[in-house]
Amino acid sequence: MVVPSTSPRSPSVARASSGPGAQRRPPRRAPRPSLVEDSAEHLHLHADVLVIGGGPAATWSAIAASEQGASVVLVDKGYCGTSGVAATAGVGHWLVPPDAERRDEEITPREEQGGYLTDRDWTNDVLDEAWYRTALIEGWGYERTRRSRPAGNGARGGTTGPAPAPNPFARRPGERSFSGSSPDYLRFLRGKVKKNGVTVLDHSPALELLVDGEGVVSGAQGYQRQTGRAWRVASGAVVLATGGTTWKSHSLGGDVNTGEGHLMAAEVGAHLSSMEFSNFYGMVPFGTSMDKNGFFVTASYWDHEGAPIAYENLHKSRAELLGASLRGTITAQFTQFGPEVRPTLRAAMPNFFMVTDKLGVDPFTERFPMDWVQEGTVRGTGGIHVLDRDAWTGVPGLYAAGDVAARDRVVGAATGAGGPNLAWAVASGTWSGRAAAARARDRGPSSRGQRLEPTGTLGLRPDGGAHRPRSAPAREGAWREITAAVRDEMLPIDKSAFRHHHGLVRSLDTLDELWDRAGTELVPSDVRSADAIRTRETAGMLAMARWADRTALHRTETRGMHTRTDFPDTDPRQARRLLTGGLRDLWVLPDPEPPVTGDAAAPYAAPTPPTWTEEAS
Amino acid sequence: MIEILNAARCTSCDICVRICPTNVFEPAADGGVPTIARHSDCQTCFQCEAYCPEDAIFVSPSRTPEPAGSPFLDEADLLDRDLLGLYRDRVGWRRTSRRQDDTGDARTTGAATRDGAPGEVLASDVDYHRAAALAPATAPLDRTSDDRASLDRTPPDSTTNPLQGAPS
Repeated sequence: MVVPSTSPRSPSVARASSGPGAQRRPPRRAPRPSLVEDSAEHLHLHADVLVIGGGPAATWSAIAASEQGASVVLVDKGYCGTSGVAATAGVGHWLVPPDAERRDEEITPREEQGGYLTDRDWTNDVLDEAWYRTALIEGWGYERTRRSRPAGNGARGGTTGPAPAPNPFARRPGERSFSGSSPDYLRFLRGKVKKNGVTVLDHSPALELLVDGEGVVSGAQGYQRQTGRAWRVASGAVVLATGGTTWKSHSLGGDVNTGEGHLMAAEVGAHLSSMEFSNFYGMVPFGTSMDKNGFFVTASYWDHEGAPIAYENLHKSRAELLGASLRGTITAQFTQFGPEVRPTLRAAMPNFFMVTDKLGVDPFTERFPMDWVQEGTVRGTGGIHVLDRDAWTGVPGLYAAGDVAARDRVVGAATGAGGPNLAWAVASGTWSGRAAAARARDRGPSSRGQRLEPTGTLGLRPDGGAHRPRSAPAREGAWREITAAVRDEMLPIDKSAFRHHHGLVRSLDTLDELWDRAGTELVPSDVRSADAIRTRETAGMLAMARWADRTALHRTETRGMHTRTDFPDTDPRQARRLLTGGLRDLWVLPDPEPPVTGDAAAPYAAPTPPTWTEEAS
Repeated sequence: MIEILNAARCTSCDICVRICPTNVFEPAADGGVPTIARHSDCQTCFQCEAYCPEDAIFVSPSRTPEPAGSPFLDEADLLDRDLLGLYRDRVGWRRTSRRQDDTGDARTTGAATRDGAPGEVLASDVDYHRAAALAPATAPLDRTSDDRASLDRTPPDSTTNPLQGAPS
């Protein structure tokens, strides 16, 4: 059992980095992982660092590890570059210059919004790292290699020449920002990863972690679904960057985020944090997946009878609109924008307006019906608890970056969507990559030849995690039924957006029964097979559902997105983050590390800027 | 969800097979047009529509399968309205306008290659219902000429810019 650290700066492991300026000068290209076996049945590699995932956090992690001279394998369940929720979003990182006054301006309102569960020292470190790392992107050739012309200047009309490039995302005039169309950004990050010498395996879901005789995480194994063979990577350290969990709600790009990364971490003893903040709902044009649009948060809304709906702060809570939705379909309109800015807005969000154009709706001038997709811990903030600025999980050899990790110290009980999550992905990705490379260097390559034990339980092996005798044979297709049953508890607004004691107890009873049933029924034909991908996804969603509802039951108040109809007020005594963990038997405890807000934080001092920038090549 | 893979435009490059994050497509054994083999796994992320270099793909905005008779299954009409590959155009990846005489071949519809009956709704998808109000409209889509005219005017860079925080 890992003891939660009481201090975020706990020197529990040798820190690979002490700030954004600490990186070593990179070699031109990192060494390649070594190929042990490449046959029709097996792919077996040895590497210093294994990164599981393929979005912004995974790619930033792989880049950082390779900069340290580590050999790196990156495995993506889908395709690195299109997988995950960032790949189809617009990207606008939360970038704030290293200036005490500007930091205070930006962080103070987010502390209130986040229910004072945040940590200003952590937030400043995240913003520092994101600020300096994103500054490197231009030198890496982002603009030069971008396929798209400036947004909104599509070929459809045959226009030539670049359009003026307004920078609507700069937070202050003249401040640097980084934003744009995500297909370009993720495609670019994939290219950068490969250029750094990282071996990328697409369509290669990880199914379980591997540990050595001392319990140090030393690799993972899974299945390559397009080539139909098992893969295994033995590594000095592992970074999990598998994203949040949306319980296959069909949000844009979210169906690959099914929680098996969280489950893998819990199986080796990692804890989770703020799992009650796992119920953020994204607004979409009715019936669609298109939840990527910041314009919604200041739009106008009407209930099913046409009466206007008032709301306070849609970053914090959407209870007013969600409640109205339970009475009938509500409508929305982007009334906040005059005609002069609309073309720029359309250009800034090509994905959203592609959808409304297909539907034949003009969201600026017409009211359009809308509904919701549950965005779980993607826009919610819960996830794997990391202990320090190495993004260390507390389990030797295992690090967590991006949405799979809790973002509660940065955004608390409010959503981390958009800017903060991306800043966190850059920072935690960078930290985890550097730390994993340092860990692998300390262990040395001999650790790769050891005998490793698989750690997967539920969804892989009979009675995984369930302490009762096997009572029924494994059944084909059980994953469909169990997935549907989990979704039935996690997606409906009246169960997840509006919580109360009896409803949560009822859901937990159902989910506990499913857990026991899954122990016997959710068993693949082979632990490394296409079948196992399905059963493991289902197990991940089920585990996440139980952690979310158990923690929600524990927080007997309303705070941020966590709305308890039986406890409608915020209780000042509960201004602590909650940790949870366990597989079959769950526990919830207040995090001994208190939030750090306002004057309690250390006075901000800008770090020493990085000592090098990689030259463009 | 993906509804159309136009066989006439498809060159069997299999880019969609490689890049689909949920592995919806299956390459043809004979090197022909890939099939939409796992339609129910489609997460409506539009990536295939952006990546297809031939504008052969149309992804309907609905996160559930289109019911029989939906305009979003009418391949000839969608080709007429130049809606295949719309996302590729909007993200700026379409290099040139399609030739006037290239309308695809509406007789070969990708809808026929889907698993299950057209419009079949899976049990796990019924937590959402469809609104008649959102029946696909036939409103004109070409607002781009107005857009371009206004794009030449850079909006004032101000601290109250409504775009702050967006997109998310």
